[in-house]
Amino acid sequence: MMTLPSAPKMLRMAKRTLSYLFVSSSALLFLIPFLWMVSSSLQTEQEIATTDMRWIPETFHWENYLNVFEAMPLWTYFQNSIFVTGLFILGTLLSASLVAYAFSVLQWPGRDKVFILVLATMMLPMQVTMIPVFVLYKNIGWLNTFKPLIVPAFFGGGAFNIFLLRQFFLTIPRELFDSARIDGCNEFQIYWRIVLPLAKPALATVGIMTFLFTWNDFLGPLIYLSDKLKSTMALGIVMFVGQHKTEWALLMVASVIMMLPVILLFLFFQRYFIRGFMMSGIKG
Amino acid sequence: MLGHRKQDTLIAWLFVAPWAIGFLIFGLYPIIMSLYYSLCQYDVLRVPRFIGLQNYSQLLFEDPYFWKSLWNTLYYVVFRTPLSIFGSLLLASMLNQQLKGMPIFRTIFFIPSIISGVVLSVIWLWMFNPEYGLINSGLAFFGLPGPLWLQSASWSKPALVLMSLWTVGGGRMLVFLAALQGIPRHLYEAVELEGGGWWTKFRHVTVPLISPILFLWTVMEVIFSMQVFVEAYIMTNGGPANSTLFFNLHLYNKSFNDFQMGYASAMAWLLLVITLVVTWFQFRLSRRMVYYEGGK
Repeated sequence: MMTLPSAPKMLRMAKRTLSYLFVSSSALLFLIPFLWMVSSSLQTEQEIATTDMRWIPETFHWENYLNVFEAMPLWTYFQNSIFVTGLFILGTLLSASLVAYAFSVLQWPGRDKVFILVLATMMLPMQVTMIPVFVLYKNIGWLNTFKPLIVPAFFGGGAFNIFLLRQFFLTIPRELFDSARIDGCNEFQIYWRIVLPLAKPALATVGIMTFLFTWNDFLGPLIYLSDKLKSTMALGIVMFVGQHKTEWALLMVASVIMMLPVILLFLFFQRYFIRGFMMSGIKG
Repeated sequence: MLGHRKQDTLIAWLFVAPWAIGFLIFGLYPIIMSLYYSLCQYDVLRVPRFIGLQNYSQLLFEDPYFWKSLWNTLYYVVFRTPLSIFGSLLLASMLNQQLKGMPIFRTIFFIPSIISGVVLSVIWLWMFNPEYGLINSGLAFFGLPGPLWLQSASWSKPALVLMSLWTVGGGRMLVFLAALQGIPRHLYEAVELEGGGWWTKFRHVTVPLISPILFLWTVMEVIFSMQVFVEAYIMTNGGPANSTLFFNLHLYNKSFNDFQMGYASAMAWLLLVITLVVTWFQFRLSRRMVYYEGGK
């Protein structure tokens, strides 16, 4: 014979069910724009421009995902984005780790004062520096090239990244450096052969955060690039919005394609993302 | 020959060199030039012409769009900040329950925060479409008339605030979650012994204990949402009737459409001053509202 659970147990079960209901409906709310976007991307323009909306298309118009490459030079945009993002990450990792090495492993007079200056630059709003830097690029003929979007990464790699790597380098036992020096390694060899290999998790975090920033960046390309075929994905999609505001299905397709690398990267490297975002909380 | 110490210092500066050069070119030089430009009339083609404080006086006394953009930005910040801080806290409290499947929910909440502003804008432009968009279709399903959203001067700003709430599950939520998990259980048990419910727990245990973090993130959120630009540029381009002409959009238009670089530089400095004043004011206010463990 089945016995009914006791009253407190039932109360607890009711509470759990209610909690689940609340969390899952919130999660659904957060998913809806994505579902709607994917659903729209698989319908024809006529189908989505009707008042009786449907979530699951009658037929899946996968050809949208091919047609979009004809409607706009999306493949070129994609390559440009990869090129800019890849070199920007490379520059950031190289220069931020070099600088962080000087602020953690090396001892030198004035080190901590200079480090405070590094941190202070994080407070500098980009509106203030944006215009003179633009004029500078204009004068040296860098407008409408990828250089303004890449070269700065090689000069310091961002104060926050220096900070993050320095924190990590400080956790490496000093004895490693001392014994390497006794074995005749110079500082650059220690940096390259000991510190960088040990710092892979921290470098991955910085790399992923930098990918996110560069891949998603819109203002930089907007200011520096004017040639359509030099656009990155972010800028190219916005240009398309300006010209074909009503082609929603294709716009959704392009958005899905731009978003996909970010989501895939997140699903594979979640812990680096989370570490990066938690660290960025500390910088404030 | 160099002394040992001197050589060490030299090596250190070689390592610091990338940053130091970058700081001079992308930090110090632009700051000085920006201050100088703000006192000039400058259209990039001709050399800057010194005009003293004219840009500033024109901004403050003659440019109605400056005040309009300031008002729009204020409106946006005032509504977005508390809603999004509360939203992050709400999501974090949901995730803080001892239930199965929480990592999946955390992932779902988190993902919108890493999507490009461009993609966010395109998605929500479509969501807010008055005729075929999901929101008005949903409202129509319940027999409710939907507003024109981005095409209405009175609904455009609320629409942008609403859209920003989709991204409250980002890094801030993770930090809040970690803070909630750090609250000792016995404090809640003490409230339960006294017969207090969830509100008492929230008001008298949770909020005071995480108030330093709440405060810090509020300050950052205010600074961040004052920078609102991408959504307004893509979705409304400042319209309708300048209802979404935010400060940074006005600044962008002045600099890269009108090429009034001097005027725009003056705007940038005013924004910096406003940000500093607002932040200082928040720190003043916080002295009475934030609880620091062990006293301060």
